Amino acid sequence: MTTDSNILIKVDGLRKSFGDLHVLKGIDAEIKKGDVMVVVGASGSGKSTFLRCLNLLEEPTGGTITFEGVDITDPSVNINKHRQKMGMVFQQFNLFPHKTVLKNMTLGPIKLLKQSKKEAEANAMELLARVGLADKAHAYPGQLSGGQKQRVAIVRALAMNPDVMLFDEPTSALDPEMVGEVLEVMKKLAKEGMTMVVVTHEMGFAREVGTQVVFVDEGVIVEQNAPEEFFGNPQNPRLKDFLSKVL
Amino acid sequence: MLMLQNAAPQLAEAAEQGGIQKFFADLSQSFEKTFITDERWKFFLDGTLATLRIAFFAALLGILLGFLLAAVRSTHDMRLLGRKSRTFSDVILKILNTLCNLYITVIRGTPAVIQVMIMYFIIFANSRNKEVAAVLSFGINSGAYVAEIVRSGIMSIDKGQFEASRSLGFDYKSTMFHIILPQAFKNILPALGNEFIVLIKETSVAAYVGISELTYVGNLVRSRTYEAFFPLIADALIYLAIVLILSFLLKKLERRLRNSDH
Ligand SMILES: Nc1ncnc2c1ncn2[C@@H]1O[C@H](COP(=O)(O)OP(=O)(O)OP(=O)(O)O)[C@@H](O)[C@H]1O
Ligand SMILES: [Mg+2]
Repeated sequence: MTTDSNILIKVDGLRKSFGDLHVLKGIDAEIKKGDVMVVVGASGSGKSTFLRCLNLLEEPTGGTITFEGVDITDPSVNINKHRQKMGMVFQQFNLFPHKTVLKNMTLGPIKLLKQSKKEAEANAMELLARVGLADKAHAYPGQLSGGQKQRVAIVRALAMNPDVMLFDEPTSALDPEMVGEVLEVMKKLAKEGMTMVVVTHEMGFAREVGTQVVFVDEGVIVEQNAPEEFFGNPQNPRLKDFLSKVL
Repeated sequence: MLMLQNAAPQLAEAAEQGGIQKFFADLSQSFEKTFITDERWKFFLDGTLATLRIAFFAALLGILLGFLLAAVRSTHDMRLLGRKSRTFSDVILKILNTLCNLYITVIRGTPAVIQVMIMYFIIFANSRNKEVAAVLSFGINSGAYVAEIVRSGIMSIDKGQFEASRSLGFDYKSTMFHIILPQAFKNILPALGNEFIVLIKETSVAAYVGISELTYVGNLVRSRTYEAFFPLIADALIYLAIVLILSFLLKKLERRLRNSDH
């Protein structure tokens, strides 16, 4: 149990292996309400695995994750209940292609949150309007551009009214001209006070929106700081090397 | 030379006309014997209905068994493949999966005619209900094939779909039901349709144990009339008609499903 009620997610000694491959080797982290934690690191360093462990899409092989005071790595916990409070946005959007945009967004609220169809649809339309896609409510995902798909994926997660949003490289699969529209939505979300964990290669976003930036290298967090310090005064040689390549 | 050239075809024509008349007379007689005498067309009608009944209920059973088997197999693959089973339900799942594999291996590895004979002469040895034996036999047979079709359909869905659904908070069952199966169904419909076309034709094997379906009655009429042509052609045309109608309906369903997204 956490004593600080402001801490939303607490990660202690998180480990994850795939067979003999040790991807995460003991990660400690704290995410407070309203935090925007940006996770950066080289390809294959374990960023996605870390993020996916937070909502147990990957089952940790060691350590604990405490979300809103509950250790969700405990097998007796009903993880489905907790996942409802953790929105996730994927690099490949993962919209449901056989459902309209509106159905994509209302399925969870209706089935899981037991909202009425009317209530769920009104809520979804409001969210769609906020990201400028109200006219796409009845379109199928196949009819949308990448940027539109990702904006729908974000509001689909938001429709569940989550306490934290997890983003795994949300702009990496987009054509360059569409990156901006998705980042705009994420920035707006951060300004409204949403707690976010974002894996990204967009250093501009990290600098502008992040409240803390962490550098993952070979399965451990080797440096963690506020963005000004992180980018202005990096300590770890691996981070210096990484930044010199991406900036 | 010129005359001969002209005469020869005329002669041949005359001879042929007689031949053609005789041919048609024989044909109509044979047609009458096959269908009209003793109201034998009723045999064909009853046989067709029996074939449709057997195929229909066998298909239902096949779908039911197939989806059940596929559910066990894919749940096992998704949950336990490359992992140690830890809980009691994991162990149950492992055992069920092994049984499903055994079932699929045995059914796919033995001829349908043997399966029907085993069902008929061994399991239903003391029962009068021949058609039920056929339905069970073909249903169990079809289930093994349907299972593999459904499983491959489930496996063909991008795992991102599964993850997106789980990340919203849906459990495994709801994810399968709302997200995976509707998409998988669309992908497997052609293969499933093909399986049922095969099934319809395969029910003719039931004639082997004397169940009076279409093939059996065709044979029966042939043995009574000593005419092979019409009974066999009639059987063939009726099977063809059933298959064509089913294909048409399946195409329509496919098109409708395809139109339901982009
Ligand atoms: N399901 C899995 N099975 C086996 N190995 C995996 C699995 N998922 C990830 N890995 C391995 O774990 C390591 C870390 O992967 P991860 O996806 O977390 O990296 P990443 O930092 O997100 O990289 P990228 O920037 O390329 O997305 C990689 O070596 C990857 O091959
Ligand atoms: Mg990644």
